[in-house]
Amino acid sequence: MITRRDWLTGAAAITGYSLLPMPLSATPADMQKAMRQAFGDSPISTGRVALTLPALAENGNSVRLSVAVDSPMTEKDHVEFIQLFAEANPLPDIARFELVALSGRAEIETRIRLAAEQRVVAVAGMNDGSLWSGSASIVVTIAACLEGLI
Amino acid sequence: MSSNRSCGITAHSLMLALLAVAAACEMPGTGVASESEPTRTLTQALSGYEFQAEDTQALQDDPFANPGMLWVDQGQELWRDAGSADEPSCSSCHGESGDSMRGVAARYPAYDAETQSLLNIEGRINHCREKHQQQSPYAYESAELLALSAFVAHQSRGMPIDVFIDGPARTFFDSGQSYFYERRGQMNLACHHCHERNVGRMLRGDRLSQGQPTGYPAYRLEWQTLGSLHRRLRFCNVGVRAEPFSAGAPEYVNLELFLTWRARGLKVDAPAVRR
Amino acid sequence: MLKARISAPARARPGEIISIKTLISHPMETGNRRNSLGARIPRNILTEFVCLYNGRQAFRAELHPAIAANPFLAFHLRADASGTLEFRWTDQDGEVTTETRDLVVEP
Ligand code: HEC
Ligand code: HEC
Repeated sequence: MITRRDWLTGAAAITGYSLLPMPLSATPADMQKAMRQAFGDSPISTGRVALTLPALAENGNSVRLSVAVDSPMTEKDHVEFIQLFAEANPLPDIARFELVALSGRAEIETRIRLAAEQRVVAVAGMNDGSLWSGSASIVVTIAACLEGLI
Repeated sequence: MSSNRSCGITAHSLMLALLAVAAACEMPGTGVASESEPTRTLTQALSGYEFQAEDTQALQDDPFANPGMLWVDQGQELWRDAGSADEPSCSSCHGESGDSMRGVAARYPAYDAETQSLLNIEGRINHCREKHQQQSPYAYESAELLALSAFVAHQSRGMPIDVFIDGPARTFFDSGQSYFYERRGQMNLACHHCHERNVGRMLRGDRLSQGQPTGYPAYRLEWQTLGSLHRRLRFCNVGVRAEPFSAGAPEYVNLELFLTWRARGLKVDAPAVRR
Repeated sequence: MLKARISAPARARPGEIISIKTLISHPMETGNRRNSLGARIPRNILTEFVCLYNGRQAFRAELHPAIAANPFLAFHLRADASGTLEFRWTDQDGEVTTETRDLVVEP
């Protein structure tokens, strides 16, 4: 009987690309846990945070991600941090960005790795202690774990 | 969830796709080397750029964020610094700015009368290094050679490709052309089966392009780094389970001459970004 | 020494919000990949990026393996005084790469 594993090994040999299984990846529950670890029991409201990902990434090794938080960015009222979490990466943490009133505009952009079709969440922490979140989902054609052998 | 996830694509769909390609193609009676003017079997040449998703294209077009530019910058540094105080730098013979390299990459590979060999840009740079700088050649695919070849190629960005295949270059061209149409590997596929007869079809999450060399050295998201055209060719050989040559091998330089001739009229777009 | 690229304006008006982009050559090796012999490639990542504006922290990022190779970061600053922008990347072993840019702020 041909096991799934054999199929994978055979395909890898044929194409020269190794299809190594991912290390155990995070789950939505792991992401919740990571968020709890970061924020304790503080309530997280939905809104004020716009997370943008392309609807489809052809390679999960480098996916453009931007976050914009609705905030005047004054001394009295500004974003202190934006933290990113992935639902189905090997590790749920992606990055944490610290901003100040001097940032002027609460917008960041970076490029991230995504191991599968999944949802990414951004949580923004305001200087009044409130937490806000936004999320986006993405389809990944080639996940960030295929590795060429040459 | 703790299953052995296989990163998106299934092996099954891959096998089916490859078999479909093998079945869909017969060898055309073309591409046989001859003394007469060769004919291009593609009606319209399209850069690999046209086969990338919008986001990948945008990354290539962004002159700041294109990661290949990190290598161009490093190449510019190496251009000005020979690495040895006694030897001239590239810039001491070719000028500070690299302007003298404008258009050069668009007409390589080229026959070199002195060594009686066909040199691509990488080979030409190493030739200068040995002959004019008394230094040992850089290893193919080394960070230095990638950086210098990206820097030199970048000077020709936007310029139309036009290589010379007559005279002594012709034998090299002919063997590159034959290689392109020969079946090989356990999959028994030639380059043109994928890159001419199945252009636009999906293969393993990849959309098959025409296999044009215009963007190399290119930053592949899959590699997460810049790589040479020959590194890509090795992948294509292994992909049909054929024995690859080493990067920089004369067989690949010959094939590169054919590919570049086949790409004539297209513009140099190195460093390109590919999925 | 890593190779960094910075896009920041050389001058700005007081109060103007400027856009800053950075790119740096680094593999951001996750520690999950294996080489062709099956051996695990050890983790090697940048863990922190800081931008100081005349010595004040203006932006900071904590990076994890999910940041793509050759990290790209873009953010903003409100220009309030002429001076220096300092960019600092630190890897997991504490190795620091620094770049600076001058900024002239005048009406
Ligand atoms: C089984 C199909 C297959 C065969 C046969 C094949 N390739 Fe490829 N090749 C691919 C795939 C898939 C890609 C990546 C997607 C694309 O650009 O087509 C690729 C990419 C390329 C590229 C890069 C194009 C770009 O714009 O980045 C070149 C050049 C190339 N191939 C040349 C060749 C040559 C020369 C041969 C023969 C030695 C060959 N290929 C054989 C599947 C194949
Ligand atoms: C001592 C002078 C000298 C130095 C140093 C030198 N070159 Fe050259 N280079 C030449 C000459 C002369 C030619 C013309 C062909 C020949 O005789 O080799 C040439 C040709 C070339 C060409 C092909 C140009 C064309 O129009 O076909 C390239 C590309 C090139 N050099 C790159 C480099 C690079 C990169 C370096 C540094 C690693 C370098 N050269 C260092 C003298 C030099």
